[in-house]
Amino acid sequence: MSSAAVTNKKGFGATLWDYLTTVDHKKLGVMYLFAGTLFFAIAGFEALLMRLQLMIPNNDFVSAGTFNELLTMHGTTMLFLAATPLLFGFMNAIVPLQIGARDVAFPFLNSLGFWLFFLGALFLHLSFFLGGAPDAGWTNYASLALYSPGHGIDFYVLGLQISGAGTLISGINFIVTIITMRAPGMTFMRMPLFTWTSLISSALILFAFPPLTVGLFLMLVDRMFEANFFDHTMGGNTIIWEHLFWIFGHPEVYILVLPAFGLFSEIIPVFARKRLFGYSSMVFATILIGFLGFMVWAHHMFTTGLGATANAIFAVATMAIAVPTGMKVFNWIMTIWGGSVKVTVPMLYALGFIPSFVAGGVTGVMQAAAPLDYQLHDSYFIVAHFHYVIVGGIVTAIFGSMHFYWPIMFNRALSEKLGVWTFWIFFIGFHCTFFIQHFLGLMGMPRRVFTFQADQGWDLFNFISSIGAILMAIGVILLVINIIITAKSKPLNCRDYWGDGRSLEWAIKTPVPFYNFKQTPLVRGYDPYWLEKHEGNKEGMIYAEPLGDIHMPNNSILPLVMSIGTFVAAFGALYHPDGKAWAIPVLILGLAITVGAMIVRSVKDDLGFHVHVEEVIATEEHLYGKGGNK
Amino acid sequence: MEETKFTPQTWPDKPEQATMEGKNKFVGIWIFICSDITLFASVFATYLSLKDKGPAGMEFSAASLFELPLAFVMTMLLLTSSLTSVYAMYHLKNHNFKGVQIWMSITVLLGLGFLALEIYEFYHYVHLGFGYTQSAFSSAFFTLVGTHGLHVVIGLVWIVCLIVRNARRGLSLYNAPKYYAASIFWHFIDVIWVFIFTVVYLMGVLG
Amino acid sequence: MGHDTQVQAKSKKQYEYDRHHNAVHMRKQVINFAIMIFLTFLAFAVVVADFSAYFIKPVILLLAGVQVVLQLYSFMHMDDKKASHMGVISTFVWFGAVIAFTMFLTFLTIIWW
Repeated sequence: MSSAAVTNKKGFGATLWDYLTTVDHKKLGVMYLFAGTLFFAIAGFEALLMRLQLMIPNNDFVSAGTFNELLTMHGTTMLFLAATPLLFGFMNAIVPLQIGARDVAFPFLNSLGFWLFFLGALFLHLSFFLGGAPDAGWTNYASLALYSPGHGIDFYVLGLQISGAGTLISGINFIVTIITMRAPGMTFMRMPLFTWTSLISSALILFAFPPLTVGLFLMLVDRMFEANFFDHTMGGNTIIWEHLFWIFGHPEVYILVLPAFGLFSEIIPVFARKRLFGYSSMVFATILIGFLGFMVWAHHMFTTGLGATANAIFAVATMAIAVPTGMKVFNWIMTIWGGSVKVTVPMLYALGFIPSFVAGGVTGVMQAAAPLDYQLHDSYFIVAHFHYVIVGGIVTAIFGSMHFYWPIMFNRALSEKLGVWTFWIFFIGFHCTFFIQHFLGLMGMPRRVFTFQADQGWDLFNFISSIGAILMAIGVILLVINIIITAKSKPLNCRDYWGDGRSLEWAIKTPVPFYNFKQTPLVRGYDPYWLEKHEGNKEGMIYAEPLGDIHMPNNSILPLVMSIGTFVAAFGALYHPDGKAWAIPVLILGLAITVGAMIVRSVKDDLGFHVHVEEVIATEEHLYGKGGNK
Repeated sequence: MEETKFTPQTWPDKPEQATMEGKNKFVGIWIFICSDITLFASVFATYLSLKDKGPAGMEFSAASLFELPLAFVMTMLLLTSSLTSVYAMYHLKNHNFKGVQIWMSITVLLGLGFLALEIYEFYHYVHLGFGYTQSAFSSAFFTLVGTHGLHVVIGLVWIVCLIVRNARRGLSLYNAPKYYAASIFWHFIDVIWVFIFTVVYLMGVLG
Repeated sequence: MGHDTQVQAKSKKQYEYDRHHNAVHMRKQVINFAIMIFLTFLAFAVVVADFSAYFIKPVILLLAGVQVVLQLYSFMHMDDKKASHMGVISTFVWFGAVIAFTMFLTFLTIIWW
């Protein structure tokens, strides 16, 4: 392994094997990023098909059934299989560097988390070829889902069960990493905000995914093994699904948006060239959002008929979330205020993010008022609201951070010029698509309809919205082109690409060696790298330990084997209700593969290996020439 | 890497947290248990809202179905197994490997006893006609108690693997955190059972 | 793992003190166990004794709560302040408990038939 890092060229097979078995957080970050981009493209394409269908009234571009599948898969894929892995990609690539760790706390589990997510996602997408995708909406309400014919819902349940397990594992991993693996001197109140938001968002994963797991399990046994949780004739109750889903579903929104907040809190101080304004209030607001995020789920169910008391309690709790979120927005503005702002592409995304996200937040508070929500519920107003939050908040963060962190992740820089074009086309397209949907909603257009009658005053607005969607697609294609062009560009081999890096990840020279910092850095304050630069430290950082042997984890193929086991088992469960004789044996075979791999894992000691000092020096010389990382 | 051989004199105070890996495992198992809390909260809450619910004219109810003597014996078995694993951890601290293995084995035996009674109980209910698909109540009951039972099975397999794997190796700072994590998990199973016997059985009998 | 492990022999006094300390601690655990058994017995007894349900329900829930706290803080060593990051861990555990409580409350009140 260590010699592999020194040798330059490797065959395709060896590289592939390296990626299949890797436990390196940087490689897994890249894998998350590409897997996320793949599913983002698929889900974006589904959205484009939907907008084409709704471009003109009485259209028959896609059928009603296909439209249901598209809207379900668009929502499910975007939230679970695109936004989550893309953010996990940044968390993997950046958080260990930001806290000065060698790797995450459980590198093996990190890899397992990725493969479970990926194979779960693959399983879900196989539904398109195996008799129809799920079609009950991403919320999959039981009263609808239970009676959906075919295997679509089964794919949804099993696919999300597998990928959800992967997400939960990664969440636990990040919590432990951030708690235990911080470099000396990195107290909780010196942690960069992206690390803080990753911690809180992982904590939300920790508490929110088990209810989803249970909800999906109940749906699974109801559909495939004749249980009666949601069947009212047998005493069941479909409201249980709604509660379990939203106990997960609402925190899920914060799971996604908190790391996005964190990314912007990294981008803005670098380009405003000012310390982040109100650091401690930012931390406090993050924790508060995490806490309140769990106490508000029933605001998705105001129209279910929970009664005035419950509605009032959840309405007030929901409105309370605007307070910490507002604190954050003001802190970002105050950071920019009076700074000497460099408007680079990441900063452009940050500047676009603030007003867009505020718009989404304000409509959110409108819906928190339960009586008004009765009017807005299930209309395009809701669609406009959550796209403002998700595209305006999360997608801008992801695109901006791609530009921001590309130098660290790939040792290349994305083209600024193309980036500016991408930003403007995407940004204009985004507002064009969704701003107008607020009014469509207020005019009474319900969401999730596959077509509409002409001359209700909806024609023009729907047309404009579809044009906007096409602009967004062009923006994304430009970004992909940018990535492809950049792959051929010259490596940077530099430290602190933007020149104003503040936290630890900028103190390390790219390409980042597989063991990260050759010596663990000593953190002497908030914004440690800026502090060292400010005091004229030419070496980058002060180190907490002498140059010594570095202990690293072993690569392993077992995570992939375990994940394949669950993948196989899922097919068994899926075809069980069809009365196929092979269903149960396949289920057992799959589980046996997984359990077998687990037993192999626990019986074989995994002590890792040591990179000796000479190898470290050789690697550094190979990467940076004589003198190493200076 | 060469394993360091320890004697009771050189054995650190907190063997389970003496290495970085140990610390990670220690924090990791706790964080996992936190997520298990909401997992059980979900199945518990589902059970509470579906208790005694079934098709029109269902003859089964919690009050008529559950028998306290069996639940009492099961509780005693699991509670005692919790104490025996505390004994194992006491010997772990004193670097007495034989003590660890013996007490862990007793824990496994008690756990097996609990599991046998649970299987008997389930068998008995199914025999009465109260199967998994009989009603919403039955589905919720078997899911809740079954999830706990599954945790017991996982805990038993885990501990047995540890006992067998380390039988000839003695204690080291590599396997001490593993024993410790397994014992924490085992205690957590007992914590959940306290709620199950109180809410499902005792309050079930009350109707 | 290699270089952060230091093998250090304890002095005889220290060793004996630690042994004694562990033994005393174990004795406390056995007492706690006795209390738990007693609480369990009490809970079953109260139900068998057939008091009013309005009396029994809060009492057995209280007993369960006490027993769980005993398990967490004595058997699972959450009282051990020297354990690494115990403060963070107990924050997580209690936050999980708060969520669990919220779920019970809502599932009992706003899921209706």
